Amino acid sequence: MKILVAVKRVVDYNVNVRVKADQTGVETANVKMSMNPFDEIAVEEGVRLKEAGVATELVAVSLGGAPCQETIRTALAVGADRGILVQTDAALEPLAVAKLLKKLVEREQPALVLLGKQAIDDDSNQTGQMLAAMLGWPQGTFASKLTIADGKATVVREIDGGLETVAFPLPAVVSSDLRLNTPRYASLPTIMKAKKKPIDVVKPEDLGVDLAPRLKTLKVVEPAKRKGGVKVGDVAELVDKLRNEAKVIP
Amino acid sequence: MSVLVLAEHAAGALRPATLNTVTAAKALGEVHLLVAGHDCGAVAAAAAKIAGVAKVLQADDPQYAHPLAEAVAPLVAKLAEGYSHVLAPADTFGKNILPRAAGLLDVAQISDVVAIEGPDTFVRPIYAGSAMATVQSSDRIKLITVRLTAFEAASAEGGSAAVEAAAPVEAGAPSEFVGEQLTKLERPELTSARIIVSGGRGMQNGENFKMLETLADKLGAAVGASRAAVDAGFVPNDYQVGQTGKVVAPELYIAIGISGAIQHLAGMKDSKVIVAINKDEEAPIFQVADYGLVADLFQAVPELAAAIEKRG
Repeated sequence: MKILVAVKRVVDYNVNVRVKADQTGVETANVKMSMNPFDEIAVEEGVRLKEAGVATELVAVSLGGAPCQETIRTALAVGADRGILVQTDAALEPLAVAKLLKKLVEREQPALVLLGKQAIDDDSNQTGQMLAAMLGWPQGTFASKLTIADGKATVVREIDGGLETVAFPLPAVVSSDLRLNTPRYASLPTIMKAKKKPIDVVKPEDLGVDLAPRLKTLKVVEPAKRKGGVKVGDVAELVDKLRNEAKVIP
Repeated sequence: MSVLVLAEHAAGALRPATLNTVTAAKALGEVHLLVAGHDCGAVAAAAAKIAGVAKVLQADDPQYAHPLAEAVAPLVAKLAEGYSHVLAPADTFGKNILPRAAGLLDVAQISDVVAIEGPDTFVRPIYAGSAMATVQSSDRIKLITVRLTAFEAASAEGGSAAVEAAAPVEAGAPSEFVGEQLTKLERPELTSARIIVSGGRGMQNGENFKMLETLADKLGAAVGASRAAVDAGFVPNDYQVGQTGKVVAPELYIAIGISGAIQHLAGMKDSKVIVAINKDEEAPIFQVADYGLVADLFQAVPELAAAIEKRG
């Protein structure tokens, strides 16, 4: 069984994101970039399925500019077998990403597509669901446990009130939530080995997908700042303030 | 223009998230509510009473007994053709179904909208709330999930909408509901609690959360946690407040042993009053707290619980 895992290059989660002065977006020049943390979890799940003998091949896909090769190398270093980069400098919305992934799925014929539930830059949480819709496949979103047996996937999903379990036949799309696994770190030998693994570069035009954006960003601004308040000396003062000043406790 | 709202319900009752979504929808046009379920007549009747709802569409079929995206999204996509907008709550229910409907309709989906500036212009947080983007949609139908804390709940009473049957639509892919493990609620739900007591990595282990539960029970509060506490395995993920967990806005939020990472702040900074208890006086949480107490939480929390009990 082949697995396709989609990985996005995003501003590292430790970076303090700054809005550009001209309000067109956030500063991404000279900022540390990394693999989207939810996608790291998706890659790890794919590697574990390979190690368990469930999957035979893990293909890492990224979409974006040439530097996305680094993101694919990161996936190759922890165990993906080969990479595909859909290279474009165009800004891609989730709908366009889902369409491009659909074309790659038709070409590669995986039984499972894994991806993170959302990317930490645009926080959309859409691509997996859109891809599943376009393919007519079942979806297991916000997965915290994935079991595959006899051509069927059982997914435990993180929902607001707790956990939900769904089951469906493969092929399918599964998106990872935080507790699916803890991603491993790449070791030096595997990083070296990853350099020899192939990355296929394709152009969106070759896939015949319309990438025209549906949304126009009018402006990007900083959120309203919340003013810090006062420090209190002890618990008694805190309780007094909450009771008599804020009046939020009886 | 009319707007279709996907109603969220469970165990024969409407979920409160539906009421906030209706308020957002009212800003866009006449509000119709879609109740997809099985034997969901009581839910449809309750939906018809929501103030400001003009019509309720009841799609009653065994395949909608659980809100599986594979079944519900094709129904939403079909009905959407008659509307300018389709809205759903930006929670795990709406975020599972609405993007799938958008994929079927070949339109974009706009997530976590916090303000409606016009029929095609919406504000949403990006980068975990570090920036707010105003976006304009050129799609024929706008599919939007609504951040619930940004819109007041509509009144559950006062409306008298007609209930019409909507024909079921064939599911787009096979999927089966196996079961669910809902967290037993001994306390109020996080998203609707008036007071929340939340713990972070500073709690050191799951056992210590009992201390927070004691405090919460004295206040009639819900218990939450930061992502760091969830990642460390102290508490389950459904406790998580933050960009990747629940977004809350209670009257009082007490952050205990929480440093205040941006992604946590994104989930609670709209709370009316914020209290922070942390032994690190440099912790970023103090920059958003109305009342900060620099103290060892293992002393301060029991003291606080005792002080509240004394009066209460």
